This record gives sequence, structure tokens and C-alpha cells, in this order.
Amino acid sequence: MSVKVDAVLCMSCGGCVGVCPSLALELENGIKLVPVDEDCTDCGICERFCPVGAIKVDSQKRRLRER
Amino acid sequence: MNADYDVIVIGAGPGGCHAARIAAEQGMRVLLVEKRPEIGAPKRCGEGLSLGGMKNLGLKPDPKWAMNEIRGASVYAPNGKRISIRYENTIGYVLERKMFDKYLAVQAARAGARVLAKTAVTGLIIKDGFVRGAKLSSFGENYELSSKIVIAADGVESKAARWAGINTTNRLVDIDSGFQYEMVLELEEPDMLELYFGSKVAPRGYVWIFPKGKDTANVGVGIGGREAVPAKKYLDKFIQGHPNLKKGSIIEVNAGGIPVGDPVGKLAANGFMVVGDAAHQVNAIHGGGIHEASIAGMIAGRVAAEAVKKGNVSEKALAGYAREWREKRGKILHKIVKLRQTIEKLSDDDLNMLAENLTGEDLVEFAKGKRFLKLAKILMRRPHLMQAARILI
Ligand SMILES: Cc1cc2nc3c(=O)[nH]c(=O)nc-3n(C[C@H](O)[C@H](O)[C@H](O)COP(=O)(O)OP(=O)(O)OC[C@H]3O[C@@H](n4cnc5c(N)ncnc54)[C@H](O)[C@@H]3O)c2cc1C
Ligand code: SF4
Ligand code: SF4
Repeated sequence: MSVKVDAVLCMSCGGCVGVCPSLALELENGIKLVPVDEDCTDCGICERFCPVGAIKVDSQKRRLRER
Repeated sequence: MNADYDVIVIGAGPGGCHAARIAAEQGMRVLLVEKRPEIGAPKRCGEGLSLGGMKNLGLKPDPKWAMNEIRGASVYAPNGKRISIRYENTIGYVLERKMFDKYLAVQAARAGARVLAKTAVTGLIIKDGFVRGAKLSSFGENYELSSKIVIAADGVESKAARWAGINTTNRLVDIDSGFQYEMVLELEEPDMLELYFGSKVAPRGYVWIFPKGKDTANVGVGIGGREAVPAKKYLDKFIQGHPNLKKGSIIEVNAGGIPVGDPVGKLAANGFMVVGDAAHQVNAIHGGGIHEASIAGMIAGRVAAEAVKKGNVSEKALAGYAREWREKRGKILHKIVKLRQTIEKLSDDDLNMLAENLTGEDLVEFAKGKRFLKLAKILMRRPHLMQAARILI
């Protein structure tokens, strides 16, 4: 899993949790967004959704997955 | 079977609070859990609720949470052309969700439900193909409670339905990415909503100004989930271009996802129901979900009580919820999704053309899923919009 969340930017809105197809994210206590799951496919959907651009998924890895 | 509770409700938003209250009023032993330390906060909402919607919920506007009366709206096309509609009487309110959600939770507690904040559901107990309770976590303490039915009202970040085998994952084409500032600012018409459309302002969505008082407002944007530029950038740019907004103060910052696709097809499983944002029960054209979650919650709470009393909580027994909801709301919401899909196909030029041909009343009717024929006829005048028009009819 190569998902990095920038806690300074994150608004704890939970939207990324709802779009992640792999249940790989969790909004702990409704406050803290944490990547939790090794089943993450580095698909980049969460990064695309985030209203403030707080998520970065390693694009190198992503390309590997797409192949 | 002796369970700790008859019904466990996950999430104390409008959907969960209504479900919990109604089930408790029917004599059910209800637990309503909310993982956040404060119910209703921080809000993920523009806080608009129509008067009709409020009446459907049996609520009387209370100045503690109904902050401002709205009498109309101004809608701006990409070229700046304004369509306004103003009524003599109040047609809606801008709420204080923090107070509103808490009020609904208090009502649920007064009806007999046990409400627990800062308590998260971390998993479901599933036995013999039935959901039979929930795994909970609070202040690091983990425990399990059994129940006859679990109602998931866990909002846009919902996982519970997916644990129960119902796929509620939001596809990016069917969710809007939202960002909002609550501001103190100069407002010309504090009783009018303002909405701005256009691909530069908000691709697929719109910018809203929802006044909460004479000089405060929620100023937000929703854009299609697939956009590469984050929603915040669009809102900041919009604000920079509007002198009144540019001078304003920011007193709260909000973000969130708004499901704008079709509601999920399956709303119940054995011992389980899903309501509200978690089930994508939202008005896809304006993104309003308070009313929809509440209506679904009320139906689910009642059906849950009936099923427990009859001693049958199978998917079949709970299907009454889905049936009733589809009849009351699902059919209309499905039509409104079609409208969204049509509008999405229009260029700024097309939207400007529409603004020349539509009245404020038309827009109000569209948002209720009505007058689509008029819209389709206007679109069909332009050959390249035939296809878009066909989605509508
Ligand atoms: C930017 C924006 C603007 C909006 N503007 C409007 C508007 O003007 N008018 C309108 O009507 N609607 C609006 N909406 C939509 C509206 O906010 C939602 O539709 C509504 O809140 C849905 O209610 P709900 O009860 O389904 O879920 P929510 O209100 O989201 O409540 C779900 C609750 O469940 C909790 N939860 C989640 N998982 C767990 C768990 N595992 N354990 C315990 N608790 C959990 C969450 O913390 C949350 O409190 C807007 C949304 C956004 C994002
Ligand atoms: S979508 Fe972005 S802001 Fe919202 S919880 Fe996820 S990382 Fe945080
Ligand atoms: S990259 Fe894809 S799988 Fe991984 S957390 Fe984001 S959305 Fe989920």
C-alpha cells in the first residue's frame, strides 16, 4: 500500500473511505483518516476524490498495477 | 433468541436518529452509536432544508437549529444571466446541523433509545447468514453486543453495508466532491439562496451561498468526483473573483462527499438495513440528503419494529422497507438522477441557452422531479442535445 495522507490538509470528511473499493481506509473516531488495509490496490481513486488534495498514491506503483 | 438489544443503529446523523427514535417509540430496545465525540460536528453540509421537507419529517422550525428563513433563490448561468424566484412566504431554512442533529439524538434518547457518542462500530457479528449484532470500540475498549437487527446509517463513509455483503462503494462518476466555508460576509439578500453553474466555476456541480443569518452563510462547491483539481481550489478561485466574498471572514471549514448516483439496489439483508447517505439516498440534482436520510430512517425504524414483533427479521421480512421507500422516494430520486445525467452532458453554451428559456419556477419543479417534458422539448431544439433529451424521457 502506497497511500500517504497529509494530516495537515485532511478535513476528516470520510469521502475517501466511501469511494475506496477495497475498504482500505478508515476514519478513526470520525477524526483521523488512516490507511488500514494491505488489500489496497494503489488504484488512486481516493486521491482523485479528496476535496483538498490530502492523499497521494505512489504513481510509480500505480502504473505497475495497471500493467 | 435473547439479544442485548432489539435494534442497533450505526451513526447518529438524521437517518440514524430518526430510525432509532421511531423504533424506540414502538417499544424496541434500541442502541444508537456515533463514533464522533460530538454528534453533528463537524458538519458536512450546506444545511439547507425545504419547508416541505421539514413538514414531511413532522418537525416545527425551532430557532435553536433553524437559523434562517429562505424565501427564494437566484440561479446564475455560466454567462452570469440570473434566474430568480422569490416567494412571499418562507419556503425553507438554513439549519445549524450541530444543533439539529443533536436535537434529533435527544429526541431518540427521550423516546427510550440509548445513545452513545464516541463509540464506533468496528465490525458486524454475522451468524448463519444473519447479522446478529455489532463489534464496538470506545476509548480503546472493545466489546460485542448482540441485536436482532442492525440499521446502518453510517453516512458517506459507510462500511457496515459492505461488511453485510451489500456493495455501497461510491463510484467516482456517482459522487460529488464538496468543500465549503462558513463565512461572515456582506449579503445583499439574506433570505435568498444563490447558486452558480458553469464548467469553470464547478464542473458538473455548482457553487452555493446559503445564508445562515443576515451576514453569515455557507459558501461551498460540489464538483464531479473525477475532476483532477480538488474542490477547494475551485471554491478559492470563485471567492477571489467575488469582492464581497473576498473580504469575508471564515469561521468554519467543511468538506465531504455527496452521493449523486442511483440509490443502492439492495437495502436489506438478513437482520440488516441500510439508510441515508450510506445507501446513496440523496437528491442528485441539489445534493440534499437530510430529508431523504430522515424519511428512509423513519421507514426502516418502523419496519424493524414490526419485524422484531413478528419474530422474523429475514431479508424478506425487511424488504417492506425497500418497497415502501421506493414507492415514497425511490422513484422520484431515480428520475432526478436522470436529470443530473442530462445536465452533465450540457456545455456552458447549452446552459446559457437554457437560462434564456427557463423560469425560476421551472427550476424549482425540476428539483422535485417534475416538468421534465418542458426541459426535453427545449433541448430537442438543438440537434446535438437530442441524446441528452432522450435520457429525460
Ligand atoms: C458539502 C456538503 C453539502 C451538503 N449540503 C446539504 C444541504 O444543504 N442540504 C441537505 O439536505 N443535505 C446536504 N448535504 C448532504 C447531507 O449532509 C447528508 O445527506 C446527510 O447528512 C445524510 O445523513 P445520514 O444520516 O445518512 O448520514 P450522516 O449525517 O453523514 O451521519 C452518519 C454518521 O455515522 C457516523 N458513523 C460512520 N461510521 C460509523 C461507525 N462505524 N460507527 C459509529 N458511527 C459511525 C458518522 O460519524 C456520522 O456522524 C451536503 C453534503 C455535503 C458533503
Ligand atoms: S477525502 Fe481527503 S479530506 Fe476527506 S477524509 Fe479523505 S483524505 Fe481527509
Ligand atoms: S489507492 Fe485505491 S484501494 Fe488504495 S486506499 Fe485509495 S482508493 Fe483504496
